[in-house]
Formats: sequence, C-alpha cells, structure tokens
Amino acid sequence: MSWIDIGSIEDIPLRGARVVKTPRGCIAVFRTGLQEAYAVSDTCPHKGGPLSDGIVHDRKVTCPLHNWVFSLETGQAQGADEGAIETFPLKVDGGRILLDGTSVGNKSAA
Amino acid sequence: MKKLVVIGAGMASGRMLEHLFDADPAAYEVTLFNAEPRGNYNRLMLSPVLSGEKTYEEIVTHDEAWYADHKVTCRFGEKVTGIDRDRKVVIGEKGEVAYDKLVIATGSNPFIIPLPGHDLEGVIAYRDLEDTNRMIDLGAQPDAKAVVIGGGLLGLEAAAGLRLRGVDVTVVHIMGHLMERQLDEAAGYLLRKSLTEKGIKVMCKANSKEILGEDGKVRALLLDDGTELPCDLLVMAVGIRPSTALASEAGLAVGKGVHVDDQMVTSDADILSLGECVEHNGAIFGLVAPLYDQAKVLANTLLGKPDTFVNKEVSTKLKVTGCDLFSAGDFAEGETREDIVFRDPARGVYKRLVLEGNRIVGAVMYGDTADGAWFYSHIKDATDVAEMRDTLIFGPAFQGGGTADPLAAVAALPDDAEICGCNGVCKGTIVDAIKGGAGDLPSLKAQTKASGSCGTCTGLVEQLLELTLGDSYAAPAAQPICACCDLTHEDVRRLIKSKELKSQPAVWQELGWKTPNGCHVCRPAVNFYLLADWPLEYQDDLQSRFVNERKHANIQKDGTFSVMPRMWGGITTPDELRAIADAADKFKVPTVKVTGGQRIDLLGVKGEDLPAIWADLNRAGMVSGHAYSKGLRTVKTCVGTDHCRFGTQDSTGLGIKLEKLLWGSWTPHKVKLGVSGCPRNCAEATCKDVGIVCVDSGYQVGVAGAAGMDVKETERLADATTEEEAIELTTAFIQLYRENAKYLDRPYKWVAKVGLDWVKERVVDDLDSRRALVERFEISQSVYRKDPWADHVENERKRYAPLADLTLEAAE
Repeated sequence: MSWIDIGSIEDIPLRGARVVKTPRGCIAVFRTGLQEAYAVSDTCPHKGGPLSDGIVHDRKVTCPLHNWVFSLETGQAQGADEGAIETFPLKVDGGRILLDGTSVGNKSAA
Repeated sequence: MKKLVVIGAGMASGRMLEHLFDADPAAYEVTLFNAEPRGNYNRLMLSPVLSGEKTYEEIVTHDEAWYADHKVTCRFGEKVTGIDRDRKVVIGEKGEVAYDKLVIATGSNPFIIPLPGHDLEGVIAYRDLEDTNRMIDLGAQPDAKAVVIGGGLLGLEAAAGLRLRGVDVTVVHIMGHLMERQLDEAAGYLLRKSLTEKGIKVMCKANSKEILGEDGKVRALLLDDGTELPCDLLVMAVGIRPSTALASEAGLAVGKGVHVDDQMVTSDADILSLGECVEHNGAIFGLVAPLYDQAKVLANTLLGKPDTFVNKEVSTKLKVTGCDLFSAGDFAEGETREDIVFRDPARGVYKRLVLEGNRIVGAVMYGDTADGAWFYSHIKDATDVAEMRDTLIFGPAFQGGGTADPLAAVAALPDDAEICGCNGVCKGTIVDAIKGGAGDLPSLKAQTKASGSCGTCTGLVEQLLELTLGDSYAAPAAQPICACCDLTHEDVRRLIKSKELKSQPAVWQELGWKTPNGCHVCRPAVNFYLLADWPLEYQDDLQSRFVNERKHANIQKDGTFSVMPRMWGGITTPDELRAIADAADKFKVPTVKVTGGQRIDLLGVKGEDLPAIWADLNRAGMVSGHAYSKGLRTVKTCVGTDHCRFGTQDSTGLGIKLEKLLWGSWTPHKVKLGVSGCPRNCAEATCKDVGIVCVDSGYQVGVAGAAGMDVKETERLADATTEEEAIELTTAFIQLYRENAKYLDRPYKWVAKVGLDWVKERVVDDLDSRRALVERFEISQSVYRKDPWADHVENERKRYAPLADLTLEAAE
C-alpha cells in the first residue's frame, strides 16, 4: 500500500462526505465519527446516484436517488436490495486522512 | 550506599519510592526535590478538596514522618536549575547534590491558550493546591462568577467543584460535546444534562476570542460570536504538556516528552524518568494507572531486576458526584467495527459497546456503570465474546435474554406532563381515569377528553393504557417512524415538546432510539421537529437533511442539479433576466425552463459549480427560490388591479408581501401559495396549500388545497377585510401546520386528520392564539429568513469542491 494524504478529517462534516477524484473515477470519503472515515465508490450500482450526497447514518449511507442503503465497511447493499460498491483502504492518522494510492490507480504512488 | 536523586515529588515518583523502599530499604540514599513547598499528595483528589468533600490533610499520601522514616532528604520549595551530566550532579537553588542514579519526574505543565489577556490576574489553570485554593476563596465571595475553558475531565471537575462552592459557573467548550475524547455524543448529551441540572451552564462549539480585563484583572471572556461571559475567575483546563525543559537543557533525547525505553531509562543510562513528563513509544500520559505501572518498572530497574513497561488500555471515570460515567478503550475510531447500544430513558442509562471481530474494543456507559469493570477486563484480556454476544450488553449478572421496555419513555414522564395539548390533560389525570375503570380509548376520551381533538396524542394515551393495565390491554398497532424507534411521528413530536428535548442526541437517548444516530428516514423528520419547536436553541443539522436541502438545489437523475432563483410573486426585471441568461451561458446550462410556479429553472448544473452560479445570481440581487425544500416555495399571482380590468385588489402586491414574509421557513412538507385578483382565479389559488381569492369586499382565505397526486379544492378558512388580516391568517395557519403536522404530510393531509374546525379555533376564532402563532413564526424567521445561497457561498464553499484530485498528480 502507498498512503496518500488527501486532507484533514476536519474538512469533512461529521456524518457527511467529500469527493476525491482519482484515475479510477470519483471516490466518496465518508466521515462516520470524530476520527473515523471510509472510502468507497461514489457511484450507486443501481442508477448511478452520487453516494457522497446521501444521508450518513451509523456506518451506512443512503443513496439520494432511490434510497438504496450500503454498508461503508463491506460495500454491500443492505436489506432487500442486491449489489455492492467498491471499498478502498483508508486510515485516519493524527487527524489526517490517508488513502491507499495503489488501489485507486495512482501511478505516481504505485 | 548509592545516591539517588529524584526531581519532582508527585504521584508517580511517590509510588516508585514506595516500591523501592519495600523491596530494599538499604539500596539508595534518596534526595527528593520538589518545586511545590510540600511533599506528595493525591492530585486526583483535588476535585473533592475543591468541592469540600475532603480536606487537604486527607489527601496527603506521604507526610513528614514517612520521609523521615525512610531517611529521604527533602528539598521542598526549591527549584532545580540544571543537571550536569559530566560531573553527575543536580544543581538546586541552594546547592548541588551528586547522584549515582537520577530520576526525572517533573510531571506536566497546564497548557495556557495564548489568548489576548491570558496573563491577566485571575486567569488560572487547575493543577495544584494553589489553584484549588484560589477557587475555594472565590466561593467565599458573594455572587461570584467563574468561566471554565475546557469541557474535559479536569475542566468539568473544576466547574462542578466551583458550583458546589456556590459560584455561578459557565463551561466553554470548543467541541460539539463534552469530554469528546472519552465519550460519544449520546453520553456527552447525558453528561451535559446532569451538569445543567446542577446549575452549571455549558456552551459547546464555543470559540474563545479574548479575555477582557479591567485594572489588570480578568473581567469577562469574549467569544467569537460576540457573547461576553462576565467572570471574577477564569480557569483554563484545556490540557497538559509534558514538562521537559530540564531534560532538554541537559541534552537528553526529548520529543513530545522525555524519551524512555521499556525500562524507563532515558538516553543517558544513569538517568531514568517516569510520569507525565515522559514519552514512551510515541505515547504520553495523563491518567494515573499507567504511571503506577511505570513506577513499579522504574523501581525494579533501579534495583537491577528485569521488568518491562507495557502501555495498557485505560479507563476513565469522572469524579463529579451524581454524574456516573465510564469510558474505556477505543470507541470512536477504526474499521470493521460493530456497535451494541442499550438505552433506558426511564433511568437515564446509556451503554455502548464497540466490537471488533469477537472482541470488545471500547465501552462507554452513562447512568449505570456497575458493569464497567467487567467490560474493561474483557477489553484488556481481549476475551472472545462470541458465545455471550446476544446478552453481552446486560452485563455479567444477566446472560439469559430480556429486552428494553418500549414503554420506558412514557413511564418516565412525570405525572404533571401534558399528554393532550388540545385539552390540557396531564399524565396523572389519564392514569387516574384508567385506574378508575376507563379501560379503553373511547371511555378515556369521554372521561378526560384526552386525544379527543386533534388526535396526535392517541399513541401516547394508548401507551399509558398499556402501561397501567399491563397485558390485559391490547393496543391497536401504531406505525413507528422507522425501525430506529418504537414511536410514531405524533408521539415523537409531542415528546420533544413535553420533555423539552432540544438536540438529536437528546431525542435518541430519551426516546430509546435503537441505532447510534438514526437513519435516512427519521433523521430529517427529527431535525425538522427540533428546529420547528426550538428555533433559537436548536441548530439545524445539514447532515440530517436530504441532499436537496443540504445543497440548496434539486438533484436530477444524472446527479447534476437544478438552480432556481426566487421571483417574488412571479415578477422579474430585464436585469434579472439578463443575469439568468449570462449564468446559463457561463455554466453551459443545457436546459432553461419556465416553471408552473412562475419562475425560471436552470437544469443540469454540476454540483461543484453551484457556489459560483449562486454568487453570480446573488450579485444581480437574486436569492434562492427554495424550489428544493420542504418549506415555502412560491406565491403565484395574477396581475390584479395593476393591469387587469377585472382585478378587485392588488393581488401581485399581496403575493410579494406574503413571499417576502414567509420565505426561508421550513415546513413539514412543501408549501405553495396563490393569490388571485378576482374569482376568475387566474393564479389557480383554489388548489394551493393556502390560496387567497380577492373579492370586492376583501380576501377569501382558503387552505388545504392540492394539485398533485391528489387534486382537491381549498376549504375556506376565513374571509378577511384587510390585507393585514389576510397576511396574519396565512402566517398563523402555516405556523400551526409547522408546529403540529407529521413530517411529509402536506397541509391538506394534516387538516384532514385534525379537522378544519380545530384549525379555525386556533387561527380564526381565538385572536390571542392567532397572535401567538404569528409571534412564534416571527421568532423562527429571525433565524431562517435569510438566503442560504449567499451563506453557502460565504461559508460552505469548499464542501462543493472535491476534497482532493488525484488525477492531476497521475498525469504529471
């Protein structure tokens, strides 16, 4: 893994999200706790809704278009819906958010 | 005999000396320096001294006799000015002492925020007996006021002690909830509640700006938002920094603290260190448990016995009488974790366990901490809890099932809590009637009138029946808001009012939410109920809003947004039209559409362009049209007497007045108005939520129309003779709707539930009630009648941009 510092945890509102543009498309970084964040694909597999615009609850997000709910930990759709979003390695260290550059296709980091 | 010199007589070095003398009293001849003019006392117990529950004498751990017995040469009140490692001597103010081994235990210094005025007389830390005595002295003054900066352990103990001494105390905390390092939001809420009940004022998210003084003495604390908090004493309890000056001057390796290895030896083999001044494997220390472990290891190292310091998980307890909380391990961070949450509103209990795999990694408890030690031991031992997971949260005594009582919230209400607001019926009256034989809803209605009017308290009345009669009462099933709770929308609304719940954590805790922080169904509803009922106290939470209301634009099926500026009463100008056209060009807007609400919609704007297009429209004098909100949308008008030969009143003017009055307000669902200048009704006012039709004699105010999934004509609320009266009736109706309707019920659905007569009683017949509604609406509008676009351009701009763009780096 190659950790890339993408910003401060304070740059994302609690229970909110921000987008990171990567060579592999837009990734949504969700802040689920004071020092807790997850990175997943920003695109809902159902109709392509922007998950970063969804409501965040517990460690889940609800897609703003048709209310599909995904676990941010596993990427799996919850309840009756079937599908999954890709998850990406991320860690929070000393208030900084570190994203794994290799898995998001960052060549300079690879 | 070898010579040992110890710098600092604190709790860590004191415990170390005890171990040393126990194991081998003849090993060292000890000299003990201390800057404070006294020996070792239990610093943790300063809070009980402050609150008057203990005296200083009771917390002394080593008295003169102890030092004499162990032949310790005490040099108290004397500062050490340097260490000469080449000659192996410690230089004190009154002379040098030679050492074979030296222990640095200089502890920590309180961190003082360098605010303007921090050096004024009356600004103190909370660290030693001197600080404590200053606070005790303040308590002796009549009408004394104090401000404590810092809502952590120390700050809250200082505040509680001051309060018990009769001081008027305000705690100012920069974070969103108290003790954020040890507690989550829910426990922080309960703590704040019990402190507030003790008379301590608590301000969170409060940023200190300046300490104001008078004649060199502190007078008040000024916050960023301009609030001034008058005080005679200002206590800064925002944290500690390892005291390392002596060690770094001596040339020892120092990072955040004095570097030590697992044997507590510094970079010099003859100098050891322990306590709050050290750094071990990157960690520094503030709680006593690891310090005692260090003391044991250091004593063994001095005696040549092998031992290793391991930094273990620590647990925290707050020493404020009546605030029972416990926190251990790591509960806020990490991945692949699960929560087990237990809430019992009746007893004010909250417990949360954080599991990773089959191990407990963190525990937060409030109200009932009896099982804290048991959970803590499982955290330390990394016990596999898979077997007992189902009943884990109930603690060691309860391993056989059992569920939380859904009726607990109602059971917890006092007898004088108002259940039926329409008829002013209290819980006690209802319970008495049930005990007197009213065994079902109709007979209760007949006897007490409870739930006999608008019916929104029916759920609560049924719960009282269930609670009082037990299993013999079979309640009809009511639909809860969502799977997060057992209560209906109506129940939650009423309980927010009667229990004065003013924050989301308060609702989650007091009403027994089963999830840590709700879901996409309940969060927007609860957020609305709170801001509608407590406009001044509750702060709107963007993260609890659907994207359209969070980003103040309508999301489209491709993830782009539509932007619609307000056109007051459907009136625009050539300048506004030019600005709209320019914006459409500049941002390559694919579709420009005229809407049914008499305005212009720009469809297909990229999310990250929103602040820029708003800024352009703002510059042309336009504001958000709220075309995305559960709030006031448009007021559609016809041209009225200005141009039309049939017009009877100035319908355009009235529409503009109404829109300027009502815009920005949040409502349970969208609200659309229409004003027609004559009964020909060109503005289609008779199918609006509120529709006014002008006639020669005045204004016909109709409500509860619909032209969506259902089509329904408005019902006549009242006839008004003046424009002012028509405006007042409209405002009062909308406020009544805001205060009582279920989230996502349009006015016509709500009126169908409560009945038009019930609405008329409050809005038309009772003039006092009408005025009170208008007044409450105005209070709310003092907060919400502003342009969210301008606000977001100014304050939230960065949220619309990507956090990072890694495609640029890759291209380089």
